Amino acid sequence: MLSTHMQDVLRQLQDRFGEQRALVAPDELRAYECDGFTIEKGLPLAVVVPETTAEVQWVVQFFNTHGIPFVARGAGTCLSGGPTPNRDAVVIETARMKAVLDVDYDDMIAVVQPGLVNLHLTREVCGEHLHYAPDPSSQSVCTIGGNIAENSGGPHCFKYGMTTDHVLAVEVVLPDGRLAKFGHPSAARGPHELDLVGLFTGSEGTFGIATEITVRLSPDPECVYTMLASFQTMEAACGAVSSIVSAGIVPAALEILDQATIRAVEASVFRAGYPQDAAAVLLVELDGAELAVEEDAAEIRETFRTHDAIRVQEASDPEERTRLWKGRKGAFGAMGRLSTDLYVLDGVVPRTRLVETLQKVTEIGERHRVTLTNVFHAGDGNLHPNISFDGRDEDERARVLQAGHEILELCVAMGGSITGEHGVGSEKLSHVPLMFDDADLDTMERVRRVFNPRDLCNPGKAIPERSGCAEVSKWPAMVEHVLRQEEA
Amino acid sequence: MTDLPKAIDSYTKSLDCVHCGLCIEACPTYDVLGLETDSPRGRIYLMRALAEERIEDPYSIRPALDRCLGCRACETVCPSGVQYGQLIETVRSEMADRWPEKGLASRLRRFLLTHVVARQGRLRLAFRFAWLAERIGLRWLARKTGLLPATMDRLVPHVPAGRFRRSLAGLHKPKGEVRGRVQLFTGCVMEQVFGDINQKTLTLLLDNGFEVEVPKQQRCCGALHLHNGQASVTHGLARENIEAFSGDVPVIHNSAGCGAALAEYGEVLGDEDAERFSARCRDITAFLDDVGMSATPAPFPHRVAYDAPCHLCHAQKVRRAPSDLLRQVPDLELVQHPDSENCCGSAGIYNILQPELAGEIGRKKARHLIETGAEVVATGNPGCMMQIRAHLAECGSNSRVVHPIELLLADRDKS
Ligand SMILES: Cc1cc2nc3c(=O)[nH]c(=O)nc-3n(C[C@H](O)[C@H](O)[C@H](O)COP(=O)(O)OP(=O)(O)OC[C@H]3O[C@@H](n4cnc5c(N)ncnc54)[C@H](O)[C@@H]3O)c2cc1C
Ligand code: SF4
Ligand code: SF4
Repeated sequence: MLSTHMQDVLRQLQDRFGEQRALVAPDELRAYECDGFTIEKGLPLAVVVPETTAEVQWVVQFFNTHGIPFVARGAGTCLSGGPTPNRDAVVIETARMKAVLDVDYDDMIAVVQPGLVNLHLTREVCGEHLHYAPDPSSQSVCTIGGNIAENSGGPHCFKYGMTTDHVLAVEVVLPDGRLAKFGHPSAARGPHELDLVGLFTGSEGTFGIATEITVRLSPDPECVYTMLASFQTMEAACGAVSSIVSAGIVPAALEILDQATIRAVEASVFRAGYPQDAAAVLLVELDGAELAVEEDAAEIRETFRTHDAIRVQEASDPEERTRLWKGRKGAFGAMGRLSTDLYVLDGVVPRTRLVETLQKVTEIGERHRVTLTNVFHAGDGNLHPNISFDGRDEDERARVLQAGHEILELCVAMGGSITGEHGVGSEKLSHVPLMFDDADLDTMERVRRVFNPRDLCNPGKAIPERSGCAEVSKWPAMVEHVLRQEEA
Repeated sequence: MTDLPKAIDSYTKSLDCVHCGLCIEACPTYDVLGLETDSPRGRIYLMRALAEERIEDPYSIRPALDRCLGCRACETVCPSGVQYGQLIETVRSEMADRWPEKGLASRLRRFLLTHVVARQGRLRLAFRFAWLAERIGLRWLARKTGLLPATMDRLVPHVPAGRFRRSLAGLHKPKGEVRGRVQLFTGCVMEQVFGDINQKTLTLLLDNGFEVEVPKQQRCCGALHLHNGQASVTHGLARENIEAFSGDVPVIHNSAGCGAALAEYGEVLGDEDAERFSARCRDITAFLDDVGMSATPAPFPHRVAYDAPCHLCHAQKVRRAPSDLLRQVPDLELVQHPDSENCCGSAGIYNILQPELAGEIGRKKARHLIETGAEVVATGNPGCMMQIRAHLAECGSNSRVVHPIELLLADRDKS
């Protein structure tokens, strides 16, 4: 039962926003208790849906006055618990702030509201042969605001860079309710100022709420060519990737799907005609000037041959290319075919150690008896082991968490990292100390305090509260916590 | 009280959802409201929570579930193959049993659905009464007494007296060579409000060489009842229809909403008879596209936009046939209409139950249609025709709204 003070606060919120833009009924709030990482849940105190920067400011100031934490949410597709409310935080939903405010076609920049869907920006400017380059596989639904918070990547980021490489300026409602502008649309970032845009990008919603974002648009390449090769072994597929990269070719994308993934995709609406008997398929996309693309394609064809590809499909017309890609983009959802829940991991290893790592990942999966499939951005060694499981089976849940933990440890041991693009959120808090020592974490914490001194803005995310082995030793406690949640 | 196997079945369906969110952008209610509770992912999550008994007060999630249009756009994009349509229908029906709606309006609605819409004779009477009320200025009385939901009277002026048609029941034979035989489903609203479209469908089939049987004993398809949590009424209607349409020839329908319901009889009743019946049902455009038109349509020198009814494209997965047929009409220019597969907000009687949201979605649709520059809009569902017509007019457009089959006739003036 809420205190009378809290009830009063919620009443004021509903008076200001009306019932359809301020949800307070606990049963309705359930829908907001998690993102794509469904293992951890947290019920918000309320959900509010602002439509303007001024309204966001009002909300943030209002909750500051009452000392109530809050968290921004875009499409809720985050995979690390980023928008999941902690400490009963109020969810500030940006879905209605989805306008393209301004496009300068000559300077190739766009100013957008944070709730704009990534792909809708490209749709808006495609008539002028421009696009927004960062393309997370969730791009048909995820928002630019969420992309900035997570510094999201995507298949094409191997060549074109992550979100941070495409953001020029951000208007932010700071955690205390003041409005600040970072960066400037007319200049490259950094040389004449502290690069606050860089600092804000990837801060996982803990440095304030972006209300206006200026991004760089990219010209469509003269020609795009997609090749899909299937291999009898994963080693052969990874070998082909290494050969391509060491030959000095920089494809726009290099993606690998393993057999279990291929089969799930082929059984879903994202069916793409991937050969179901292959152990792995490698998707290579080339773009640029026609002549260069042709040359690279010839060399890659040769590489496929030396690595004993069993089948090669190629496509240059947009429709067929979209179909080859469709399976890759829908791989996550297609996993629903395998079991009731899905845990998507996100680790990075040096490209040269991909094969070795994948073998060990498989061993870990087998040891913990979990169903594990692999999709990954092979170009930058960004692995996405997916574990399908039945979340209602407590024992299985615990095994899944343990396997996930060991896989991330493995990535670090291989000289890689615990996240490539999905962020730390709450999911990987206990893994952060595997990569950073006390002094590192202390510095991060102090930077955060500059922006977010009262820790009201998305509390309990991205930086572990206590540093060192304390967090690591909390891991078994987390497993237990989940189990208890289940029992309750 | 609850049908247990069904409840378990619907729970299992909710488990197919892995919470990826790829469906939310396809959802018209999420588009307007921006609320997770009004997105497919959120609704599935709430339904699952309900089944897991994590919802304390089922009445508080009811509005969000009620606001679902049932357009099933979410199914089309879901990579996990979640059967959302069946899920929401089962849950609605369970909720109606266990947590019945309160309030006079909803009781009246249930009464209308059970005792009027499900009975052809009474429905005819109701429409006549509405028309008469309009004529003699009794509209306010109808509204005051709550005999008609407030928004329904907006649709009534579109019901001219001449539309109350004689029945088509019986066997009709084509003039020339016979290519085959079909049965025609005439629907209840279609029959009352758009009786001439049934007549034209009949003519079209005859022109194209088909013998057409219109069974007299056929009933309302039961779609509205199913969408509104009255599954048992649907079951009864389904049985009667299966009996009325005995035989093994294709059963042709021209209303997307009815067609989707007929296609689901197999699933809903879960027996072989029903499955066999469902498999025989075909939308008129899908059927004609398959067999090919033998009679060339009359030239139609106008710009036409094809707007896809949700229950045709998302539920029945009939996507290309209507446009393919329209392209065969001499002189007709089919304009680009990227918004075609988005819901217009009609969704059965949704525009009557959720007037505000339906209005917003309808205006959006009208604006997109106006942008296409079309002079004529073709869509194959009576509800969509009414909704689009009303909103085009409201937005100041005088584009005509027709059923695609009206443009396929060899002699448009004849029937
Ligand atoms: C099927 C699928 C595929 C995916 N593929 C990829 C991929 O290829 N690459 C990749 O990098 N990620 C991927 N993701 C993860 C996810 O889509 C990204 O992290 C995305 O950027 C999240 O955007 P969102 O709008 O859903 O944000 P949300 O999940 O709503 O929020 C994410 C974080 O952003 C914060 N936030 C949201 N809006 C704002 C704002 N206006 N200001 C400040 N903070 C804000 C939130 O507080 C939260 O911490 C995938 C997810 C799914 C489900
Ligand atoms: S797309 Fe399918 S699996 Fe993904 S959230 Fe929607 S219903 Fe669930
Ligand atoms: S059926 Fe339509 S309105 Fe209902 S959840 Fe799916 S997309 Fe949204």
